[in-house]
Amino acid sequence: MALTLSRKKRITNPWGGFFFVLPSIVAVLVFVYGMIGWTIKFSLSNRTNAWSKDNSFAGLKNYTGLLEDPEFTHAFGNLMKFTVVFMIGTLISGLIMSLLLEKGIRGEGFFRSIYLYPMAISFIAMGTSWRWLMDSARDDKGTGLNHLFHMAKLNILQNDWYSSENASMYAMALPAIWQMSGYVMALFLAGFRGIPDDLREAARVDGATEFKIYRHILFPQLKPTFLTVLIILGHISMKVFDLIYGISTKSYVTKVLAIYMWQVIFDFQNYAKGSAIAVVILVIIAIVVIPYLIYVNKTEEMK
Amino acid sequence: MSSDLVDRAIKSKDISRNKRKLSGSGQFWLAFRYSALTILFIIAALPIYIMVVNSVKGITGVTQSAAFLPPTHLNFDAWGPTWKVLREPMQRTLFFVVQSSIISAIVGSINGFVFAKWRFKGSTFIFTLFLFGMFIPYQAIMIPLTQFNHWAGIGGTIYVLVVAHVIYGIPICTLIFRNYYAAIPNELIEAARVDGAGMVRIFRTIILPLSIPGFVVVLIWQFTSAWNDFLFAIFLTGGSPKLAVATTALNFITGSGNQVYYGNNMTASLIVSIPTLLVYMFLGRYFLRGLLSGSLKG
Repeated sequence: MALTLSRKKRITNPWGGFFFVLPSIVAVLVFVYGMIGWTIKFSLSNRTNAWSKDNSFAGLKNYTGLLEDPEFTHAFGNLMKFTVVFMIGTLISGLIMSLLLEKGIRGEGFFRSIYLYPMAISFIAMGTSWRWLMDSARDDKGTGLNHLFHMAKLNILQNDWYSSENASMYAMALPAIWQMSGYVMALFLAGFRGIPDDLREAARVDGATEFKIYRHILFPQLKPTFLTVLIILGHISMKVFDLIYGISTKSYVTKVLAIYMWQVIFDFQNYAKGSAIAVVILVIIAIVVIPYLIYVNKTEEMK
Repeated sequence: MSSDLVDRAIKSKDISRNKRKLSGSGQFWLAFRYSALTILFIIAALPIYIMVVNSVKGITGVTQSAAFLPPTHLNFDAWGPTWKVLREPMQRTLFFVVQSSIISAIVGSINGFVFAKWRFKGSTFIFTLFLFGMFIPYQAIMIPLTQFNHWAGIGGTIYVLVVAHVIYGIPICTLIFRNYYAAIPNELIEAARVDGAGMVRIFRTIILPLSIPGFVVVLIWQFTSAWNDFLFAIFLTGGSPKLAVATTALNFITGSGNQVYYGNNMTASLIVSIPTLLVYMFLGRYFLRGLLSGSLKG
């Protein structure tokens, strides 16, 4: 008896698991949190060019400097424009895809895998196609979409796409929507499939129209899915980098924070300022994601 | 997302019950759905279609008027020279991606098991700390990471990318495995415990044999994201040609100044995409699984 007891005690050692994840805990603490701290420290230093190794404390100078930097406000504005169009566009097109498929249809698997493949390809590769599709040459000289519109006698639709002065970010959102819609579709499909069919059947027996079933029964059930989708799209949008780099590299009209940060670090070697931009991106994401993680954590513990 | 939900979500809906004859409006809606699905299909497929047809028209054979049309005859002229440039970077990518994916999967499986079945005080909090790592912009760690690499003596080698993908892959791999293991009934583990097995032994003899699908999911996930990664590659290798990987080499080919050689660029982009496309074609189900179980709620 004593033997089984002691053995049981050994087996249920509550700290056993801790030691197995310890290496990962250390790695995350050092490489995620430690390095974020280090970056913040850089952002508060005077290391503003390649030749100075001046790590002295600069206060918030680099941050206030950003506010007066027209390049930064331009990139920030661009990012916001991009985010709005990208999030709304992806949400709607993903939702439409899932609505078309959720009841089940012959060929569902085929359509689904076609809608999702953009997630499997690098944007540096896909950028080649999109750069060409969104070429700004028009009419007889046009290639890509402008050429298609010209052939279809829809000349009014021809435009400068991502090289346009005012609409560049809206054009840039197109490939992003194209890439992420399938993912959103998959999340919504999972949401729909998680709702028991009886709920729908019962409403139908009660004489509810299909529209009412979606409006009052299905969509309310999908609230957590909507939240997940918004968080995923939002943080991806804030970080957007290779999509834009793959299409227009450092072009001024499509500059966003991540691109500007890259330029500041590599072209101007301004570590302090680059770090400050990175911290700005981080803070925007953290403001949204941390409450979300706490919420997930809570609902998780209730289970 | 929990494993049973993912299971339900990735299966096509069974429509065998709906065999009854459709009414007039039912037929209209079905036709409408298929038309909409087809339009979306064309939009989704267009960029890859462009890439494929224009990769077989030779190096400069892409003419404006025929760019959307399939080639009149197959011309693989662009493939040889492009492959010559891309071969070494792609081999290098394969070399580091295989390593980082395998290490990631092992680490993820151990962590996932602990967070799902062998919790300790504060494990939920630590798990949440991990999860935040999934959302951070890597720009916010890039400069210190570069310095760490120099300090650790791996600066200028391909191992910088192994380290980056393993470490910053910890959150997602842990999450996928945790959700996978959460679906395994606790009774199974309790029964083994009663029989006197320790947790390590339970992991080795009961959990690991059940983990093969989980490993496939994580391996594919890590493979695809590391292969397609551009941010770490360009920051950590500093664009050095000696360390060029698939995406940075491709960017060098298609980057500014070379934009007129469409045939060449399309071919290069296609070649770089082939490995991940093949994985997607044959193991797409597992890729979708990774996408879904790597998302938190739903």
